[in-house]
Amino acid sequence: MTLILFFEQLLNGIQFGTMLFLMSAGLTLIFGVMGLINLAHGSFYMIGAFSAALIAALTESFWLALLASLAGAAIAGVLIEIIIIRRLYRRDHLDQVLATFALILLLSEGVRWCFGAFPLYLNIPNILNGTVPIFDNIIYSKYRLFIIFMGFLIALGLYILITKTRLGIRIRAGQNDRQMISALGVDISKLYTIVFAIGASLAGLAGAMIGAIQSVEVGMGEPILILAFVVIVIGGIGSIKGALVGSILVGVTDTIGRIFLPELLKLFMEPSNATSVGSSIGSMLIYILMALVLIIKPSGLFGKS
Amino acid sequence: MIIEKFFNKWIMFFLILIPSCGVIFDEPYFITLATKVVILGIAGIGLNLALGYCGLISLGHAAFFGIGGYITGILSFHALNDEVLFSWPLAVSGSSEMLIIWPIAILVSALFSFIIGLLSLRTSGVYFIMITLAFAQMLYFFSISWPNYGGEDGLSIYMRNSFPMVNTMDPLSFYVISLFWLLFSIFISLRLINSPFGMSFQAIKQNEERVKSVGIETFKVKLLVFVISGTITGLAGSLYTDLNRFVSPTVLDWHTSGEIMVFVILGGMARLYGPLVGAAFFIALEQTLGSYTENWQFWLGLILILVILYARSGILGLFDKKLRHEK
Repeated sequence: MTLILFFEQLLNGIQFGTMLFLMSAGLTLIFGVMGLINLAHGSFYMIGAFSAALIAALTESFWLALLASLAGAAIAGVLIEIIIIRRLYRRDHLDQVLATFALILLLSEGVRWCFGAFPLYLNIPNILNGTVPIFDNIIYSKYRLFIIFMGFLIALGLYILITKTRLGIRIRAGQNDRQMISALGVDISKLYTIVFAIGASLAGLAGAMIGAIQSVEVGMGEPILILAFVVIVIGGIGSIKGALVGSILVGVTDTIGRIFLPELLKLFMEPSNATSVGSSIGSMLIYILMALVLIIKPSGLFGKS
Repeated sequence: MIIEKFFNKWIMFFLILIPSCGVIFDEPYFITLATKVVILGIAGIGLNLALGYCGLISLGHAAFFGIGGYITGILSFHALNDEVLFSWPLAVSGSSEMLIIWPIAILVSALFSFIIGLLSLRTSGVYFIMITLAFAQMLYFFSISWPNYGGEDGLSIYMRNSFPMVNTMDPLSFYVISLFWLLFSIFISLRLINSPFGMSFQAIKQNEERVKSVGIETFKVKLLVFVISGTITGLAGSLYTDLNRFVSPTVLDWHTSGEIMVFVILGGMARLYGPLVGAAFFIALEQTLGSYTENWQFWLGLILILVILYARSGILGLFDKKLRHEK
C-alpha cells in the first residue's frame, strides 16, 4: 500500500518538476544570455493560461488552446521585450528587479481588468481523461503522464535547439561573450527578443498545462515563479542542465515531503501534532534543501563558480 | 546636501502638520494614514541601510517585517487568552505591554536576520536577491501551514498593546509612539552612516575588493549591516501589527518585500528621509488612485516603470536636481 502511494507521489513529484523545468529553463536562459533577472516571468505563465482558456472557450479544442498558450505568451513576450525589457539589459540588478516587479503589478491587474477576478477552467480532452495502469497494480492519471511526457519532450527539444542549431550556437555565444558576437555581425537585439520569446512561451505552455489541473486565475504564476527561482539557485544560474536537475529535485522533494513528513513524524509524536508540524516543515523543505546546497556549493550544483 | 537638509525640515513639518489637521478637522482616518506612512517609512529606513548604503539587494525584508509583526501578535494573543507561550524550559507567558514586546520583537528579528544573513551573504549578486526572496517565502509558507496562530486567516488581537499612562487606542497617541520610533531609527541611521563602520559599509557598495584589500573583513561588516537593517524593519512590523490590530501571512508575502523596496527607490536611494517620502507617495497614490479605479495597481505599476526608466534618483533626487540648477 505505502509503496504504491510512494510511487504515485514520486510520479506526481516528477510531473510537478517537469512543469517547474519549463518555467526555470526560460528564466535561466534569459539570465544566462541577457543577464536579466526577470520577476515578471510568472506573468507569462498566467498569460499563457488565460490565452489557452480563451481559445478553449471559443473553439472547444484543448490542442488549439495549448498552441494558443505558446503563441499568446510569445506575443506578449515580444511586445514587452521591445517596449520595456530592452531598456533594462544595461541597468543593474536592482533596476531590473524593480521594473519587473512593477510589470507584475501592471500585467496582473491588466489581466484582471480583461477577464474579471473569477477563476476560469480549462477542460482536459477526453483522450487524456481517466487513468492508465503502469505496473501490476499501479494506476496513474493519463493527463499527468502526458505532462511528464511533454516536459521531457521539451527538454529534449531545448537540448537539440541549443547544441545542434545555428540559433543555439548564437545563444551559447551570447552567453559567453556578448560583445564578440555582436562584433561578428549577429543582430544581438533580435537574438535577445527571440530568447525572451522562447522563455515566455515555455512559461505560457506550463501555465496552460497546469491550468487544466488547477484553475486559471490572476496571480497563479507567482508561487511557481518563486519555486523556479529556488530551482535555478540550486541548479546554478544560467545552466539549463542545472535547471532540469534542480526542477526534478525540487518537485520530488516538495511532493514527497508534504505527504510523508507528517506520516514519519507520527511515529514519534501524537497524530494531531505530527500533522501540523509535518505539514509546516514539509512546506519549508525545499528551502532547507536550497540552504544546504548553498552551504556546500554557493554557485549551485552546475553553476560556474 | 544642504538642499536635502532644507527638504528634511519640510518633511518634519509635514509630519506634524498632517496629524494636526486630522485633529482640527476631526478626521481620525488622516492620523491613521499618517501613522501607516510613518511605520512603513521605518521599514524602508531599515531596508535603506542594507540596500541604499551597502548595496545589498535584499528582496526578503518582508521576513523581518513579518517576524516583528507575528511576535507582537503571538505575544498579545497569549496574554489575551491567558495561556502560557511555552512551558519548557521555563514557563513564559504572553504580554500585552509594548515595553516588553518591543525588546522581544527586536531580539527575535535580529536573530532571524543574523541567520538569514549568515547564509545569504555567502553569495552575491543575483543569487543574493533570490535567496533572500526564498527565505522570506519559506517563512510565508510556514505561517500559512502553521495552524495555531490562524494560519492563512491571520490573527486578530482586538486591543492594541498598552503603553504606561498612554491610551494607545487613541490614534494620535499611537501616532506619537510611531513617530518616536521613526525619529529614533533616523537618528540611528545618521549615526551609523557617519561612523567609521558606516564609511566601511558605504565603501563596500562602491568596491568590495578594495575594502577587503585595506584589511576590513567585509563579510562581518555586511552581516552587521544586514542584522541592523532587518531589526529596524522588524520593529516596524511590530508597530504595524499594533496599528491594524491584526497580523496575517500577507505581511510575509514577497509583495511586501517588493513594496518596501519600492518605498526606498521612489523616495531616492541612500537618502536618510527617502524611504519616508517614498512611503508617503505610495500611500497617497494608493488612496487617490484607489478612489478612482479598482485597478489602481495597474497605474501604480506604470508609474513605477516610468520612475525606474526615467527618474532613477527618486522624488528627493528630482527636487534636488531642480534646486541645484536654479542656483
